[in-house]
Amino acid sequence: MAEIVIRNLHKAFGDFVAVKESNFTVHDGEFFMLLGPSGCGKTTTLRMIAGLELPTSGQILLDGQDVAQVPASGRDIAFVFQMFALYPHMNVRNNISYPLRSQGVPRAEVRQRVDEVARILGIEDIIDRPVGGLSSGDRQRVALGRAIVRRPKAFLMDEPLGALDAEFRERMAEELRALHDRMGATTVYVTHDQLEAMQMGDKIVVMNHGVVEQWGKPQDIYDFPATMFVAEFIGSPPMNFLHFEASLEAGASVVFLSGARVPLPRLEMPTARGRYALGVRPEHVRLSDDAAFRGLVTATEYLGTTQIVSLATPNGDIKSRIPSGQRVQVGERVGLRFNTQTLSLFDAETGQALALDRASLAATGDSGKVRIHG
Amino acid sequence: MSGYSITEPSAGQKWFAGTLVAIYALVTLLPLAWIVATSFKSPADSIAYPPKVIFDPTVEGYVNLFTTRTRIPADQVDSLPPPANFAEQIVRDQGMMITGPSRYGARFLNSVIIGFGSTFLSIFLGTLAAYAFSRFRVPLKDDLMFFILSTRMMPPIAVAIPIFLMFRSLGLSDTHLGMILLYTAVNISLAVWLLKGFIDEIPREYEEAALIDGYTRFQAFYKVVLPQAATGIASTAIFCLIFAWNEYAFAVLLTSGVAQTAPPFIPTIIGVGGQDWPAVAAGATLFLIPVVVFTVLLRKHLLRGITFGAVRK
Repeated sequence: MAEIVIRNLHKAFGDFVAVKESNFTVHDGEFFMLLGPSGCGKTTTLRMIAGLELPTSGQILLDGQDVAQVPASGRDIAFVFQMFALYPHMNVRNNISYPLRSQGVPRAEVRQRVDEVARILGIEDIIDRPVGGLSSGDRQRVALGRAIVRRPKAFLMDEPLGALDAEFRERMAEELRALHDRMGATTVYVTHDQLEAMQMGDKIVVMNHGVVEQWGKPQDIYDFPATMFVAEFIGSPPMNFLHFEASLEAGASVVFLSGARVPLPRLEMPTARGRYALGVRPEHVRLSDDAAFRGLVTATEYLGTTQIVSLATPNGDIKSRIPSGQRVQVGERVGLRFNTQTLSLFDAETGQALALDRASLAATGDSGKVRIHG
Repeated sequence: MSGYSITEPSAGQKWFAGTLVAIYALVTLLPLAWIVATSFKSPADSIAYPPKVIFDPTVEGYVNLFTTRTRIPADQVDSLPPPANFAEQIVRDQGMMITGPSRYGARFLNSVIIGFGSTFLSIFLGTLAAYAFSRFRVPLKDDLMFFILSTRMMPPIAVAIPIFLMFRSLGLSDTHLGMILLYTAVNISLAVWLLKGFIDEIPREYEEAALIDGYTRFQAFYKVVLPQAATGIASTAIFCLIFAWNEYAFAVLLTSGVAQTAPPFIPTIIGVGGQDWPAVAAGATLFLIPVVVFTVLLRKHLLRGITFGAVRK
């Protein structure tokens, strides 16, 4: 198993830049998610790690060794394709044993290792069947088997659950995660599904337009998005933005939205006059009659234990997630209070988050006033 | 449901379609059947008027096709040893004796060598070129593909004279190699275009999986792409072989002895010993067999090949 370090990785197809000067590190044994909308460069990044594309510039360190220009066959990495890419003219056993045969592993050992993998994946009963008639779940397992049997340095997976139907996806996601935990294999997994990424990943890289927007633990990315893109891409419904214009001094711990005073963690750097956006997750918006900042309820959406309330405010439309027991009428004007600790502040021109000193709040105990609804 | 639905054709429609197909088959097969029938007739039956549909079959045509004969005066017949086999008996009955084998066998072999040789070469080069065009970033790819196609935009015979002169100065006239190269040059554009279509349909992931599994690009091509492309290769091979096998104009122009193929040779049979139509028909009948066998063997691939691409995606 291995550590993968991506350093200034760059890939251009003619004039089109697919991946731009990217940096991140996949630690040994991590389940690492590459997340982003389609066309963001995540698959290109994965294919460069695999050696199916060669980078224009930059380094890919596999256990400290730069393999950026090494062809795929020399990297000892396994790849699971979205459409599985099982060899259609071979049966299950031959598909799984194919990588071993290229390495010249003795026949008896091949047989034993394939049987072992088949047992792990629960596909012993289909081992001699042609791959043509298999269900998509079984194909997925065979594709995994072909990857596992080699005991490679790392697993790369390109939306492996994308071709499965919704019902089966969840089960396969659990199986994959369990398999990973058992083998402790370094895994890089591409997906456009933020829920899948949050659910399965130890770490997430969020990419957009070929640029790494943010890289970290799912919780950190969710709580402290580094850019407005990440804030919107992660979470359902996404983070709300309240737009305002101001110039803020270093140490400021309050902003005014349409005249209403809204406290926030202390700002670390002063800002020039400009357009800003206050970011708040729907579950951190509380309806409270005594709050100065007010909004008009435009719709409610019942989701079982919680409900999503859509509100129009002078600073933009936002959504709030509150317990479904709470009575809200469409057309009602309500006061809005935010969980100060969890607020983010963005420069609306660049989309970048501004550094806030959240530790300052813990000292004053200001965050305790707001209850968080999960 | 909106849109249209597919209804089962009625019995009347099926009957009508069946009749049309049967008539078409009859019209196409009748000349072939007549040729095969003629090859088993005696020379007299073959030119009888009104034409004979019922006749006494004989293999005289086939014997004549494969032999050269000379007429023997009636008074010398008795001094000859008795006929050694049925072929000699048939010839003797005509008042002739066999003086040696004809050149048909050699010409037929030339057709086999040149037809299959050029088919193999077209497919070999065509598959490699099609794979490269399909998978790699070839500079000026579209222009090159158009250039390859453009070689088919005029009838090949239009360049017969330049080719004749070229072959003469290169020493390729009347050689197997020359004919193989010529037919390959004509067929390769068809092969590249057809095969590129087939290879485009094979998902790249298969090869990429093989690359990841530790195989080289060539091994991936050989072990994964080729088996997938078998259908396309088979149907392309049929088209190439049919052209090379049946080609007449260049064969007449460029071959006369060593490398002459069967098509220009068969008509010359007629001049030997009178109007020997059964021998000509026998030559044509035997000449049909290899292509028919080849096509029947690859028929399943051919049908799949023609509809390939129409059903997927």
